[in-house]
Amino acid sequence: MPTRAAQSFLLDHARARQAVWSSVDWASVEAGLNELGLGIIEVASKAGDRATYVRRPDLGRTLSAEVAERLASMTPGCDVAIILADGLSASAIDINAVPLTRAIVARLSARQLSIAPIVLASQARVAIGDPIAAIIGAKVSVMIIGERPGLSAADSLGIYLTHSPAIGTPDSKRNCISNVRDGGLAIVDATDLVVSLVVDMLKVGVSGVGLKAALDVLPCPDANGR
Amino acid sequence: MPYKTTIEGTVFRFNDLKDLMAKATPERSGDQLAGIAADGPVERLAAQIALADLPLKTFLTEELIPPETDEVSRLIQDRHDPIAFAAVSSLTVGEFREWLLAPKTAQQQLEDLTLGLTPEMVAAVSKIMRLQDLISVASKREVVTKFRSTIGLKGRLSTRNQPNHPVDDSYGIAASALDGLLMGSGDAVIGVNPATDTVEDYVRIVALLDELRTRLAIPTQTCCLGHVTTAMKAMAAKAPVDIVFQSVAGSQKANDGFGVSLSLLREAYEAVRALKRGPADAHLMYFETGQGAALSADAHFGVDQQTMEVRAYAVAREFDPLLVNTVVGFIGPEYLFNGKQIIRAGLEDHFCGKLLGLPMGVDVCYTNHADADQEDMDVLLTLLCAANVNFVITVPGADDVMLNYQSLAHHDAVYCRETLNRPPAPEFERWLVEVGLTDEAGRLLDAPTGLTDYMANSRLLGI
Repeated sequence: MPTRAAQSFLLDHARARQAVWSSVDWASVEAGLNELGLGIIEVASKAGDRATYVRRPDLGRTLSAEVAERLASMTPGCDVAIILADGLSASAIDINAVPLTRAIVARLSARQLSIAPIVLASQARVAIGDPIAAIIGAKVSVMIIGERPGLSAADSLGIYLTHSPAIGTPDSKRNCISNVRDGGLAIVDATDLVVSLVVDMLKVGVSGVGLKAALDVLPCPDANGR
Repeated sequence: MPYKTTIEGTVFRFNDLKDLMAKATPERSGDQLAGIAADGPVERLAAQIALADLPLKTFLTEELIPPETDEVSRLIQDRHDPIAFAAVSSLTVGEFREWLLAPKTAQQQLEDLTLGLTPEMVAAVSKIMRLQDLISVASKREVVTKFRSTIGLKGRLSTRNQPNHPVDDSYGIAASALDGLLMGSGDAVIGVNPATDTVEDYVRIVALLDELRTRLAIPTQTCCLGHVTTAMKAMAAKAPVDIVFQSVAGSQKANDGFGVSLSLLREAYEAVRALKRGPADAHLMYFETGQGAALSADAHFGVDQQTMEVRAYAVAREFDPLLVNTVVGFIGPEYLFNGKQIIRAGLEDHFCGKLLGLPMGVDVCYTNHADADQEDMDVLLTLLCAANVNFVITVPGADDVMLNYQSLAHHDAVYCRETLNRPPAPEFERWLVEVGLTDEAGRLLDAPTGLTDYMANSRLLGI
């Protein structure tokens, strides 16, 4: 194996490792989202640090009682909860989360949908969105999370959308959009997908593998345009 | 029944056999995640000492998962051969370890014992063996299988050429497969993990792989690693299916999670046999497994992940497979935390599979969130070659661009051939020389003009 190729592989791996093991710069994410005026809530899972996080997916899905109480003190009820979570790639959130969130919020607000304060969750797995959105009382949760880095991309975001989120929601009730990054699925295209899924879910009250079937039985005048 | 050991006045108690097995298991994150691991190295050793004193035949009377509710347990019970077991029936687990390592225990003795062993016995003895023990015994047990190539002969190493593509693009798959062939990879199988899940895509993929194989007259077999039910539909549509793939696990509930049962696998096995694409004695199934699969499906019943893994081999053994592959580091650090745990698990799985008579290969691999790197893979690959592993997986540049994990590179197969002196299957070795890819000594040649001229001047694939 040529030296240059061998070292280029090592560099990709080093980037991927760094994406997994570093922390999101939440202050700059917050700064980038403040002007949306929705409010921001920072929470952490029960996995206290990175080493625990990678070993204990169960803790990464769980909120502490203190955090749950803090969320419960908010005024409940809204159409959409947006949660940003570090997942397995801090760089994915650092690089892509702010522009993606701003685009989604702009499009959903234009449709007069109510949006909860944005939740920033650290040491978090996808399913932590369930208790968060359930306490907030959101009809649909949009979980934006750092994906497990590959060698070719360490900054991909995944987006998981769930209608009526609750603890114990099976993965089959989620819709997933993956590989959101520059060079993968562009933010503008991901935003289109998110908005159309949120609108569909609110219309039929279903998400996941049942969504397509539920839409098929609806009289749907704009079906051709979708 | 509870078990206990006393070490310098401290009594260690273990509630039952599965508690003893779990606590005797060398440290790994999956058992810690399940909450069944030993508290620390001393309790672990106490469990290993108690396990060493356990009569092997205990496993015939004390079930870890009741056969009444689990078809894998029933299969294990039904297939146990007491006559074959007689050679070791009076031994404890510790004495069995010594029996395995004894110089007089060779291929014949191990082969004769195969059906006398249950997965639990094999798992138990592996827990009290260090890496060198696992290698020494496994290297004595040759398991040979055949289709168009002969896989598993002692002193050889086969490879699965894994030309995966993020969207199953036909040209992308073909280009990646050729890349591997040019490096001499693919004598175990050329096998694609599909990103898509339709029957049409499955048929397209097996058809293009079959065309590549026949045009280049490669003595190997091809496979699309779709779900077994997709394979059955493709076979019904007369697609060129050489071998049928399925992931399997060690309990009925975990197999449910994969959407399979023993009867479904039997149906697929009969279907692929009826195609008669290989010689009359060809092996026709390809199974993949991996420690942690049962736990991740919440189907481990408090049994440690390594024992659950070996139980999956009882499922594989039922169908006389061509290839069995443990995808050892794919599952992630919550099951195997670091290089050390991955290396041990790979050697355990290989040893246990071989003792049960399976043609074991290993996907020497890891994910980016595990504490492991390519140097750990160098170590595992080299040790597996010493253990006489049947085959490993190779991809371009060690980077699987579809599954997003690191396996071995095609270059690593060259290292095994040229540095560790492990040539591929004899039929494939001859083909490599005939098409000008290697010299008679198996060394890669710079310009395989025979093959490249052919490729440049022919429309290789009708796609």
